[in-house]
Amino acid sequence: MPGSTRASGRLDVSTPDLTTPLPVTDLGNRAAPRKGRRLRAFVRNPTFVGGVIILGFVVMLALFAGWLFPSDPQDMVGPPLLWPGDDAEFPLGTDSLGRNVLALLVHGARASLLVGISAAAIGLAIGMVVGSVAGFFGGWVDILLTRLIELFQTTPTFLLVVVIVAIREPSLQTIALAIGLASWPTVARLVRAQFRSLRESDFVVAARSLGYSRTRIIVQEILPNALPPVIVAASVMIANAILTEAGLSFLNMRDPNVVSWGGMIGDSRDQLRNAWFLTALPGAAIAATVLSLNLVGDGLNEILNPRSDP
Amino acid sequence: MRMGRRIAATFKRTAIHAAPTVLGIIILDFLLLQLMPGDAADVIAAESGTATAETMAALRERFGLDKSVFTQLVNFLGHLATFDLGFSPRYNMPVLDMIMTRLPSTLLLMVTALSLALLIGIVLGSVMAAWAGRWPDRVLSVVVLLFYSMPGFWVGLMAVVLFSVKLGWLPSDSSMTIGANYTGWAMIVDRAAHLVLPALALASFFVAVYARLTRASMLEVQRQDFMRTAEAKGLHRFVIQLRHALRNALIPVTTVAGMHLGNLLGGAVVIETLFGWPGMGRLALEAVLARDFSVLLGVLLLSSFLVILANMVIDLLHAWLDPRIGTT
Repeated sequence: MPGSTRASGRLDVSTPDLTTPLPVTDLGNRAAPRKGRRLRAFVRNPTFVGGVIILGFVVMLALFAGWLFPSDPQDMVGPPLLWPGDDAEFPLGTDSLGRNVLALLVHGARASLLVGISAAAIGLAIGMVVGSVAGFFGGWVDILLTRLIELFQTTPTFLLVVVIVAIREPSLQTIALAIGLASWPTVARLVRAQFRSLRESDFVVAARSLGYSRTRIIVQEILPNALPPVIVAASVMIANAILTEAGLSFLNMRDPNVVSWGGMIGDSRDQLRNAWFLTALPGAAIAATVLSLNLVGDGLNEILNPRSDP
Repeated sequence: MRMGRRIAATFKRTAIHAAPTVLGIIILDFLLLQLMPGDAADVIAAESGTATAETMAALRERFGLDKSVFTQLVNFLGHLATFDLGFSPRYNMPVLDMIMTRLPSTLLLMVTALSLALLIGIVLGSVMAAWAGRWPDRVLSVVVLLFYSMPGFWVGLMAVVLFSVKLGWLPSDSSMTIGANYTGWAMIVDRAAHLVLPALALASFFVAVYARLTRASMLEVQRQDFMRTAEAKGLHRFVIQLRHALRNALIPVTTVAGMHLGNLLGGAVVIETLFGWPGMGRLALEAVLARDFSVLLGVLLLSSFLVILANMVIDLLHAWLDPRIGTT
């Protein structure tokens, strides 16, 4: 295709000196060609691209759900229990209350992604603070915080989430908060390990000798270098949060006013014998979304940490 | 003899390490109990339907709920020291008795699911590592990633559609045929048939975890010096993989298995509810629906202890697998 050759040609023209090896072994200069190689590696990795495409599709559905299906998806719009393909108006059929399954699925993407992303954000924030403080300061602070991490890792995550949701009413916010509060230890461990290995490196010693404050060293010097494994962990955390949310909704611990994929499976359990597609479709939607996040996570891992690739 | 001493030293070390964790979990659970809306007096009052302010106060005094938080914590610890997890107003039974009637079913399900997950996961992971980069590896990687992404309860529901509804091979409800009163061999067959689907549904996610991990660890081990030594000694390829590679790869796999045990117990909540399995997880959910928080916390506490105990067992297993552990 002429378009693609022109695009790659332009890329080569704009970066002519990067292809020739540089004699100076300065970190700052080496970073540029590596970035270019990484970018190309992203595009060449087919599973990563597949993951990005599926994830992008689900995100688009969630964003444009109100535009694609403007009326309330919980409204009865047709005869109950139509199979997919029975009626062109309802391409994926209707459930036992005569609701349009396609509209429910599209609106359900919102709840899943919203809970997944906010839970992961809460977990990442707590985990990064705890992990960086423990790893940077060491000593007693580290021992105490490591104990705290162990404590939370010993507690069965799902049960802890159930308990926290039971304390408050099940709304999307409570569910996201509960999953975030239960999922931070993994990130904390990861960030702690990164900080411990980076703490004594030359650039941190240099920053210390320049008299930078501890907060500045943690936030501006070490944290950006500790990020690559955290970015990989983030996609897996969103995936796990979506799975946890699905389990909770299935158990009817959910906001009754919000459509969610797990809730759709829970609602259709009684129809498992005569209309199993009502269970299969939302489950497939969860699996596809989680799969795409895992593919993205695996791809990021290979690209950001080339040594881990066997 | 030396191995025995090594394992004893490991046991002592892990037991000392676990003690503060146990105390921490008790305090964490106690704080969660304090956050719960309402207390036992409210529950009983709501149950009986008639309650005056005086009877409420009397109830609170009887349960020690009028004391300060610190005194309540000391009481809570004192009760736990005598294995008293409190009383369930809803079921009119001690919480410990309720959990103990459910524990054997949960343990049976967990042990079966974990064994299945480890066995299938390690076999798949070894196959993937042996053919790394070639088509068996690629195909299995996709299959494993799919299982890694599907909710376990949905795998269970789809298995019910296939094996119970369409084929009629396996039962999908409860842990035995109610009212059949089988004895001997027939009972074992009946129980086993009821166990298959819940165990597979619970194991599905963990099969994927262990397969991915076994593959990575096996490939990592291949580069070690002792692998070259074993090859130089002229050992058979299969023996090298089994005795040297797999044995060493098992250490990260079992470590992660221990870390995931909590998740497995949590997953049991959904799977037990789905299959009507009379275990601890379903008890936890029944307690949520009945707002019976003492039972819920009892389950949480006991599950955490189970995880600690299992991790101690894994540490001992490591001392046995790796001669370097526990010598210092």
